[in-house]
Amino acid sequence: MIVENISAHAPAKAGLHVDRRQFLGGLFSTGAFVVASRLVPSELLAQGPAAAAILNTKADTAALHPSVYLGIEPDGTVFLVTHRSEMGTGIRTSLPLVAADELDADWSRCRIEQGVGDTRYGDQNTDGSRSIRDFYDAFRVAGASARAMLITAAAAQLNVPAGELTTANHEVVHARSSRRLGYGALVSAAAKLPVPAKESLRFKEKAAWKFVGKDTDIYDLTPIVTGAAQFGLDVYRDGMVYASIEHPPVVGGTVKSLDNKAALAVKGVLQTETIDAPKPPLLFQSLGGVAVIGRNTWAVLQGRKRLQVEWNDGANATYTTTPFRAAMVDKVKQPAKVARNLGNVDAEFAKGGKVMEAVYYTPMAAHASMEPPAAVAEFRNGKAEIWCPTQNPQAAQETVAAALGIDKRDVTCHVTLLGGGFGRKSKPDYAAEAAILAKKLGRPVKVVWTREDDIRHDFYHTTAAVYHKAAVDAKGRPTAWLKRSVFPPIASTFGAPAPMNFELNMGLDDSPYDIANIRAENAGADAHVRIGWFRAVTNNFHAFALHSFADEMAHAAKRDPLEFLLDLLGPGKVIDLKAQGVDYTNYGAPIDKYPVDTRRLRRVLEVAGERSGWAKRKSGNGVGMGIAAHRSFNTYVASVVEVEVDRQGRVKIPRVIQVADPGVVINPDRVRAQLEGAAVMGVGLAMFGEITATNGRVDQKNFDGFRVARMNDAPVQVDVHFVESGNLPTGVGEPGLPPVIAALGNAIYAATGKRLREMPFSKQKLV
Amino acid sequence: MRLTVNGKQQTYDDDADMPLLWYLRDDLRLTGTRFGCGAGLCGACTVHVNGQAVRSCQTRMGTLEGKTVLTIDALAEGGRLHPVQRAWIQHDVPQCGYCQSGQIMQAAALLKTTPNPTDADIDRAMAGNICRCGTYQRIRAAIKTAAKERA
Repeated sequence: MIVENISAHAPAKAGLHVDRRQFLGGLFSTGAFVVASRLVPSELLAQGPAAAAILNTKADTAALHPSVYLGIEPDGTVFLVTHRSEMGTGIRTSLPLVAADELDADWSRCRIEQGVGDTRYGDQNTDGSRSIRDFYDAFRVAGASARAMLITAAAAQLNVPAGELTTANHEVVHARSSRRLGYGALVSAAAKLPVPAKESLRFKEKAAWKFVGKDTDIYDLTPIVTGAAQFGLDVYRDGMVYASIEHPPVVGGTVKSLDNKAALAVKGVLQTETIDAPKPPLLFQSLGGVAVIGRNTWAVLQGRKRLQVEWNDGANATYTTTPFRAAMVDKVKQPAKVARNLGNVDAEFAKGGKVMEAVYYTPMAAHASMEPPAAVAEFRNGKAEIWCPTQNPQAAQETVAAALGIDKRDVTCHVTLLGGGFGRKSKPDYAAEAAILAKKLGRPVKVVWTREDDIRHDFYHTTAAVYHKAAVDAKGRPTAWLKRSVFPPIASTFGAPAPMNFELNMGLDDSPYDIANIRAENAGADAHVRIGWFRAVTNNFHAFALHSFADEMAHAAKRDPLEFLLDLLGPGKVIDLKAQGVDYTNYGAPIDKYPVDTRRLRRVLEVAGERSGWAKRKSGNGVGMGIAAHRSFNTYVASVVEVEVDRQGRVKIPRVIQVADPGVVINPDRVRAQLEGAAVMGVGLAMFGEITATNGRVDQKNFDGFRVARMNDAPVQVDVHFVESGNLPTGVGEPGLPPVIAALGNAIYAATGKRLREMPFSKQKLV
Repeated sequence: MRLTVNGKQQTYDDDADMPLLWYLRDDLRLTGTRFGCGAGLCGACTVHVNGQAVRSCQTRMGTLEGKTVLTIDALAEGGRLHPVQRAWIQHDVPQCGYCQSGQIMQAAALLKTTPNPTDADIDRAMAGNICRCGTYQRIRAAIKTAAKERA
């Protein structure tokens, strides 16, 4: 997801066409290397020689270093820097593969390094499914630049024209004379050459791609299966103490009184420290509370249980989800701020034809990544060093700097592997807590969040009410379609009361259906807990409502849902949302390069129909199939879900078919994995995902209260297919999720005749 | 008290109530065993005690006198990966990887008692191990592959 208009947390605006050697502060003579646009923040230019001080990877210090993402040593070892965070998508492998392919490298001689938080790398906020979309080109340039320099060096050495040289598997080859030079042997000569301009680079033809489009194991596969992989909790520093924090049960709460005697009596507990409550806006600050510090994790967990804390709850103690829901459902039936307007829906409704309407409701949900938030921090000589599983190391630098009152350039953020993220770990409150305590105590501190902390103090996936109303013609096709949503917005975390555009652009005001009269409206609702982005963000509830309502219309007209959806899309075209009054952020991507193209949506639907055996499906008597297609994060996905509902109302999901058009596919096995996982998470969220609050306190505490999909709940089989459109590559981390939710609801309807308009489905009586 | 962890004799004289999980991680720095829930609900901390899969977050140190503990860190013997680990690699099971230590230890214990598990056996044995990334389909396939290899 993209946070817009939030200057404190927006990625630094990037300069265009920046000479890397210039920003390295004159370490090198001025060359002509042009870094891909958007990659190098202009603020770095102002730093001058100081930038040299932040060299921090082997790639940085390698002899040949044509890009911030790539360096080659004289022994031929290629160092590739991944600046995006690895939380399970495989990005730590996929981006380096793109560079290695253009370099014609031997993959076994490539080493991947994780970049620290550093504006030189450009944006590092690993969310919004945009790592491949935004950095595919930069990594191609990195590889192709190095390859061009190695060829130029070889041409001089062999005394042949560069045009006669090719490369293969870590060597420059002169076929006519059967001579070969290894990359390592050319490094010292190539390092003296200017980095070629991007415009002069020749990229490989698709037929010559060696890694892109082929399955490659993730770089960390063996360390993961042997337990050696290092996550945030696995960082230990000399002299380190442990901390566990009792946060206020209500957001905004403060400590009224504290009795720590019993806690201090626990063997291994050293002391307690109070962390100040945040000042609004909340941003990514610590919620505050009382930290118990001790010699090991167990001691501090025991100490916490013996803390006696009384809290001033503050204004959010009024929040109870049951009445809040009723108020949202009322509000969503009232006119609200118009986000999209085409034609005149009111005039159409006034004609007195058949009208359908429905209200959908979804509760809050927690991210519940398997690794709870954790961070280690040290503070020395006015500078902080932190190690944490973060999706956004630059935000961690900024948040830590703000908490300590130091410059963000005095914060070094090391990024470990992430034990899941799903958006939670873009918000580095836990890193700030470790840094605050490290400064107070003058020694390294590890902050450990328990599962209960994680589930009770999340930045929640928000709750929503969504209203749909349509006037339909004799064939059941809508002639006018009004959609409206009400939800406490992500914007609230940043101090803004109303949803930001991107929250509406995800399935509310970007609906692809080709209808003559469309209006989309939205109203905010007050937030009483921290709201944050969760995998696929507001698409989850907007798409659930939108594609469930489409299915309702299809059934009302006794039409085949797939045929009906294709009819709704029409022949397919590029939709100009701006012309319909939509302030469309398009997931931060330029609309000319990544248009809203309903032909691609049609295609994934058609393929899903073919691959699922849709035409021969069974419906009723407890079996059924449901279908939905959704464009999100510039990627097009259709989902078909098969269900079996037994006489007790238990739902079994034998199969899900996921058909995606994400443009060029880098590492197909990892793309399949993302779409498999999205099907599992989508099913889990739809069936069980529910966070509630009473008097401002979240009711769920652990995996018994907040249920996620287990093996016996998950689809038995998820089949993934790609539509090879040849378009620019786009992300796959999130877009597999939204259509699954609607398709599951539609499948249950097909199986049972029971229409599900609210989540979690497991709370509905199905038979 | 004495216990054996990954083939090494250890002595322990601290809090008998401390869960094995934190002893492994904080004292021995065997970090392959993961903390997921602290309540026996997710399986991320699964290890073997005398050959049986247990949740190390629910296993008090005081119960381990004379017992033998095996963690993911030493599941590979003599530099050769366990068949379950090899199957995990063959099927590219992990996404983020955090829960996989527990999944692998649970699966290895399953195959000891049930060399040719059915789908229902797998569901029963693995339902206590949560994978938030949703790798269940590949876990199931990898268990079947490992079963064949061991047969």
